[in-house]
Amino acid sequence: MTDPIAGILKDMAYARRFQISGRLEDGELVCEMPYTQDILGNPRLPALHGGAVGAFLEIAAQMRLRLERPHQDLPATIGVTVEYLRPCRGGKTTFARAQIKRLGRRIANVHAEAWQDEARTPLALLQGRFLLPD
Amino acid sequence: MTAITKDMFHQFLRTAYPGGAGHPRALGFEFVSMDDNNGSLKLPYSADLAGDEDTGVLAGGAVTALLDHTAGLAVLAGMASPGFTATLDLRIDYQRPAEPGKALIAEAHCYKRTRTIAFVRAAAFHDDPGHPVATAQATFVMTELDGSAA
Repeated sequence: MTDPIAGILKDMAYARRFQISGRLEDGELVCEMPYTQDILGNPRLPALHGGAVGAFLEIAAQMRLRLERPHQDLPATIGVTVEYLRPCRGGKTTFARAQIKRLGRRIANVHAEAWQDEARTPLALLQGRFLLPD
Repeated sequence: MTAITKDMFHQFLRTAYPGGAGHPRALGFEFVSMDDNNGSLKLPYSADLAGDEDTGVLAGGAVTALLDHTAGLAVLAGMASPGFTATLDLRIDYQRPAEPGKALIAEAHCYKRTRTIAFVRAAAFHDDPGHPVATAQATFVMTELDGSAA
């Protein structure tokens, strides 16, 4: 059997550029984005760029959809809403997990959350709307 | 320590803010323009920012980062004294895929600010602002460096 995680990251240049990876933990997909200077937004704190965190959450949601529907084309993002609760600190690995709230024939609604130290303390939340390929 | 003047701050917004360090530099943002409540930045196309290598279409995340950073510029440009922003929330609607090979321009307008919160609308497009790739609505928390109004 092929590695399901390698499959869901296939063709995602952006995810590779920022070294985003995923693994299954008790059957649940956990995505990971290591700290690099390339995702830094505020060097004073230091904190990660809101855009980098939003992108990571969107990719986590897409990875989760791909895990659900292997060998399908990537779902196109219709829209995302990102809420920033606390700064994601520089120097730390950021994690994300996503939950499919509804998987329709054409539309999927996915929620994702990011954390660093404690999975129970989310730093950013995403609600995503995706168009599923035919 | 010498206080940062508004002129120095605006010079920072034109040079270091768009692409001097970190994520903006990694993505290759370029300064286009700014005035009191507006900001504009450009993202040149790069194949390693594709969301799907099959199509070469830019990843949604790159568009998100561009809109977030440009919205931040519109807020910072109109602040009474030098400071920084933190994004509270950001909503992006993708109207059509970005065209592979083409640069993306983002324009943001801060249409309301209170003492601490700024409200911004932004759009990203290739050539025609009336035909956007994505539109955004965001709110930011503003913090002044010296804690006093200029």
